[in-house]
Amino acid sequence: MLNELKKSLITAVWFMFLTFPIMVIKVNTVYNTIVWRWHNLIYIGVGAFFGSMIWRWLHYKKTHISERNIRERLKNGLQNAIVDNKKVLYTLIAVAVAFTFAFPHMSNAYQINIMTTALMYVVLGLGLNIVVGLAGLLDLGYVAFYAVGAYSYALLNHHFGLGFWAVLPIGGALAMMFGIILGFPVLRLRGDYLAIVTLGFGEIIRLVLENWNAFSFGPSGISGIDRPSFFGLTLNLSQSMTALYYLVLGFAVITIFCVNRLQNSRIGRAWLALREDEIACQAMGIDKTKTKLTAFALGATWAGFMGVVFAAKTTFVNPASFTFLESAIILAIVVLGGMGSILGVILAALILILLPEYLRAFSELRMLIFGGSMVLMMVFRPQGLISNVRRKYLFDKMNFGGEKTNEAK
Amino acid sequence: MDYFLQLFLSGLTKGSIYALIALGYTMVYGIIQLINFAHGEIYMIGAFTALIVASVLTILGFSGLSILILAGIAAVIYSSAYGYTMEKIAYRPLRNAPRLSPLISAIGMSIFLQNYVLLAQTSDFLPFPALIPEFEFLKPVSHIMSSAELVIILSSAVIMVLLTFFIKFTRMGKAMRATAQDKKMARLVGIDVDKVISLTFIVGSSLAALGGILIASHIGQINFYIGFIAGIKAFTAAVLGGIGSIPGAVLGALILGWTESFATGYVSSDYEDVFAFALLVLILIFRPAGILGKSSAQKV
Repeated sequence: MLNELKKSLITAVWFMFLTFPIMVIKVNTVYNTIVWRWHNLIYIGVGAFFGSMIWRWLHYKKTHISERNIRERLKNGLQNAIVDNKKVLYTLIAVAVAFTFAFPHMSNAYQINIMTTALMYVVLGLGLNIVVGLAGLLDLGYVAFYAVGAYSYALLNHHFGLGFWAVLPIGGALAMMFGIILGFPVLRLRGDYLAIVTLGFGEIIRLVLENWNAFSFGPSGISGIDRPSFFGLTLNLSQSMTALYYLVLGFAVITIFCVNRLQNSRIGRAWLALREDEIACQAMGIDKTKTKLTAFALGATWAGFMGVVFAAKTTFVNPASFTFLESAIILAIVVLGGMGSILGVILAALILILLPEYLRAFSELRMLIFGGSMVLMMVFRPQGLISNVRRKYLFDKMNFGGEKTNEAK
Repeated sequence: MDYFLQLFLSGLTKGSIYALIALGYTMVYGIIQLINFAHGEIYMIGAFTALIVASVLTILGFSGLSILILAGIAAVIYSSAYGYTMEKIAYRPLRNAPRLSPLISAIGMSIFLQNYVLLAQTSDFLPFPALIPEFEFLKPVSHIMSSAELVIILSSAVIMVLLTFFIKFTRMGKAMRATAQDKKMARLVGIDVDKVISLTFIVGSSLAALGGILIASHIGQINFYIGFIAGIKAFTAAVLGGIGSIPGAVLGALILGWTESFATGYVSSDYEDVFAFALLVLILIFRPAGILGKSSAQKV
């Protein structure tokens, strides 16, 4: 006990030292005055003291959970109770569906706007989930494909007056093409190199959009993009917002359906095999390049679709919307939700996008918390909020070799 | 000719700074095969610490060279402390995790540190005091080379020579090389691998801090985001030369510096960063092992 206190105390002092210049001193370089913010030092000290205790407790819990414990939690865990018990599952789904459909009728335009954004991130997260979660390819330039979609609608609309519905497939196809063009040469790279190349690609796209004024109108962007039309109806602003909400909702439902079906398909299982062990996967006769390329292209397509929707929603695009930060947010959604888990990604997208909107005080700290929780998740719960429910057999040690307890995890 | 020389020297200056940062990347990668995505943030924190210490000292009435030295020392101490803590929190628990986990953790750390500085300090560009004095003897050639450039080139060269000596001839350097070759074997012959890894982070972070303070006093302004671009470019340099190889990192950094400098000088200055990223993509596609790196077959 005393030992633990001592450890925490040392950590607290260390962090107070560490954060001293940046947290405490604030220099005004114009008037040459210093503001000393000593209260921050106290917050850091107290925070680090308790933080280190929690850290060690979590660490202890993680390393000391026995096999039996895990098994019991698998059987009795809340999440399994929900997924296994069809009655509860269907009720929950019904409530969620009813809520999402009724939502526009019980709230104002502002709420609908936020919810549309959140649903767009659900789709983006699920799209990236194919690449990162299922196929295990870390893509840090996902936003590039989003930009391709958005700009294809913006430019085609600006120059040729093409409508939303005409561009939607074009945007998706263009993004897919970019995915294949980028994917073809880089997919033979090892995981971490791939991450950096995609990051470089994302930045190149953004910088080109920013500087190639003749093509993309530079940093000032393109404004006055048409909102989508719906069956030739004339809609006012709030009606068209509602329509857009339903459109994105439809997209989300289709995406969930597609990803769910893909997961257990032949190609989906090839992705999982590739993620787990590339060499073994090749030895099983799976075409590595083709499998990776499909994942990349499919992920890019969804980003392209959402890009078109984004341009139609904001009626304005400029390169500032497509920074690395955006890629990082989508990645955070996938990582926090649980790589490969559809339910997890949906929940994470809703939490990460809605929470900062409703808790204004919290929105300043948003990126700080994103970054911090990415680290914490990797250290303590690499499987994410809701781990991917994978079919596998559990063998009982007691009658090993005898009858198998055949239960899907 | 003057213009060419000017570009050549500014490329050399940039290259030296990239080299200082790239060394940290390459050393860490050589030892634990991790792309330390947050390394650029260490460099940024070094620059911020130097700025804060220098401003406080200026207000307290110190002058000239003493500010440069004290700010430099503070930057090195703090950057290494951050590097050490970061390794302990974000990477050490993930030593045996799948390869992507530490990389994601590193990205998280990078975002965290950027926003930590953003919230605790400011999002604006802060003017960085010109800590390097103007030399009299450079007056006649001042249109080609500034004294800051001279100081940066010379001090980077000295630092790199010292680093080479440290790694080649000291006990700790030997331990580092042994750990890079084979961690298990190193542990068997009595090397404290954890300590060596910590030391690698400390050395890499100090180099980044020195790079940070040198470049900041040359360019004259910093903000919380400088680490990101510098980090990517230094990583490009490390990959260009062959990641894991120390002379490779320096060579790659110099090539990158010159590429950028000549491309902006003769082609277009709008696309400075695009050239660097395009170089990175091309290198990884055509020669993933880099110029001096060895491509090794993967054993199963």
